[in-house]
Amino acid sequence: MAEEILRIEDLHVSVEGTPILNGMDLVIQRGEVHVIMGRNGAGKSTLASVIMGHPAYEITQGAIYYKGQALEELSVFQRARAGIFLSFQYPAVIPGVQVGTFLKKSVQSVRDEPLKGRAFRKELNEAMDALEMQKGVLSRYVNDGFSGGEKKRLEILQMLLLRPQLALLDETDSGLDIDALRIVAKGINQVAPSAGCLIITHYQRLLDHVSPDFVHVMIDGRIVKSGGPELALKLEDQGYDWLETSPEGNA
Amino acid sequence: MTDDAREAVGDYQFGFHDPEHSTIRFDKGLSEQVVRDISELKNEPAWMTDIRVKAYHHFMERDMPDWGNCGSLNEINFDNVTYFLRSSNATENDWDDVPEDIKNTFNRLGIPEAEQKWLGGVTAQYESEAVYHSIREDLESQGVLFLDMDSGLKTHPEIVKKYFGTVVPHTDNKFSALNTAVWSGGSFIYVPKGVHVTMPVQAYFRINAKNMGQFERTLIIADEDSSIHYVEGCTAPTYSTDSLHSAVVELIAMKGAKIRYSTIQNWSANVFNLVTKRGVAHENATIEWVDGNIGSKLTMKYPAVLLKGEGAHAEVISVAYAGKGQHQDAGAKVHHLAPNTTSNILSKSISKNGGRSSYRGMLQVTPKAHGCRSKIVCDALMLDSDSRSDTYPTMEVGNSTADLEHEASVSKVSGDQLFYLMSRGFSEEEAMGLIVNGFFEPFTRELPMEYAVELNKLLELEMEGSIG
Repeated sequence: MAEEILRIEDLHVSVEGTPILNGMDLVIQRGEVHVIMGRNGAGKSTLASVIMGHPAYEITQGAIYYKGQALEELSVFQRARAGIFLSFQYPAVIPGVQVGTFLKKSVQSVRDEPLKGRAFRKELNEAMDALEMQKGVLSRYVNDGFSGGEKKRLEILQMLLLRPQLALLDETDSGLDIDALRIVAKGINQVAPSAGCLIITHYQRLLDHVSPDFVHVMIDGRIVKSGGPELALKLEDQGYDWLETSPEGNA
Repeated sequence: MTDDAREAVGDYQFGFHDPEHSTIRFDKGLSEQVVRDISELKNEPAWMTDIRVKAYHHFMERDMPDWGNCGSLNEINFDNVTYFLRSSNATENDWDDVPEDIKNTFNRLGIPEAEQKWLGGVTAQYESEAVYHSIREDLESQGVLFLDMDSGLKTHPEIVKKYFGTVVPHTDNKFSALNTAVWSGGSFIYVPKGVHVTMPVQAYFRINAKNMGQFERTLIIADEDSSIHYVEGCTAPTYSTDSLHSAVVELIAMKGAKIRYSTIQNWSANVFNLVTKRGVAHENATIEWVDGNIGSKLTMKYPAVLLKGEGAHAEVISVAYAGKGQHQDAGAKVHHLAPNTTSNILSKSISKNGGRSSYRGMLQVTPKAHGCRSKIVCDALMLDSDSRSDTYPTMEVGNSTADLEHEASVSKVSGDQLFYLMSRGFSEEEAMGLIVNGFFEPFTRELPMEYAVELNKLLELEMEGSIG
């Protein structure tokens, strides 16, 4: 039975007075994978940040509901604890904080139950093995000196450990080689059945490994076209021009 | 603590204190007679009495420093300080003999007895003198002397006489003069030739009497090719009137020896912490200061190393945290007096809620000291725009062969970091705590583990409930 995870209604968002999102609508059910494509500046990353609660973005109209609750009432960390996860396009560097410590504290914050050391270690090992990560990462500082691929794997590792119900992936596939892409996709596929997934990407190639239920195209801060996986193939082939000339296009 | 006092200073986690457990307490204020009385009470040799009296006169004649936070310094009322107080009649050797209320204080500070298993020895200074002092048998059997300073003077006067005041003479500054005049307690350590003390030895210091000046004096001598790591930690109860802490620490590392001296000081916000720490490193010797300053009203402290022998090395790693109404004026001084000497200075400071942290550093290379290398890194992190951070570096370089690097940075916590951490379930306070702990990590990792844990916990507490 369908269970609504995310509902976005007529969302308008501005940054310092400049409108970025202009009437966005989207509904994601549990178990669904949605892909949002679009040019740079279309508002894709803004959408992900707004759902996570970034303080720089102002909602001027409309609303976001997470499992029926208006998100406006929740601060960023409360959203995280409620089960929303954002894989960052540019994850922040936290100098001096070891990955192992960070992961443990983060999981402790997000999960309700107390964390058992041995069970967590086992879970961590399994997740790292699945993502083909070296254990040495745990003693490095969070994202400090990480390559692009290492950062993205760490994002996916966090996603696996935090077990989100709504996973937002902001250009997680950008800059990855084919092996890293396959590994990232593996992580997404592991989380997808029990969550709602929103994947923001420029490229069709991730979709060779992850099967989306819906593909949406964003232009100028709203969705202009929705379809199935075939839409991504067409965008790869033809670009976005055909959509701009006919915003309500029926191609 | 009275309710008035609590109200005046706010709630402070370690701000409890036990009923004053003192048997001998001098009246407030300082005179030559007070100095003579202290010396007589301790049955000191005449030469020590003479040094004290000389230092007293120098202290009286010497002007206050005209640099640093003069306004704050001039608030010290020297007539309102108790210069000597003895907390129990004898120096204890056995933990079982330590009075119960004194033990309670240490327990509430979270100093586990278990630590003693892996720490080389424990000397806990309560009030002005050590009440508890133990040396592990393996230290004793190696011939290492680890005593409180008063006992050191009694049992090894020849060593004390030879080295006392040679690194920090009483004429060095007003507060070293004061310390020399009225010193009490502190540690005396002698490590014989070739002996390596593999476990850190430690002492805890506390101020536990209202307006109690604490003037400990520490002297550590590491003979040729020996090594030792000494650790001291401080947490002070909170009082409504100002307390003065003015210590002197002298280190002597002979040829090929290594001394590391680690400190975490967490004075309550009314303490003046004016400390002179200096070491001499002879040929191929190493002196390392690991120095953490949290709390106090005003701290002025610049651990120094005189690199006197060829190939000697100095390492100064310090952190300072300045909260509301606090000024941390800290730094390092390294004097390259011999060829091919090297030094590293790393200073990290955090200021928050209007706190002020200053780095004050001195690097000197004499004309004869060829082939020296030095690297200085100063990083300041400001947690809000009310706070202040200054850097006052001084370099005197007397020859052209020196290889010197100096990096300085001032940063603020970035919104991106906070958003990232909060998206991982951390509240804003927790996120700040992580960032702050991470910033201090290059210091923390140099500490014995339980100190590192305690420091991280303290910083997390500091971040709580004060954001916004």
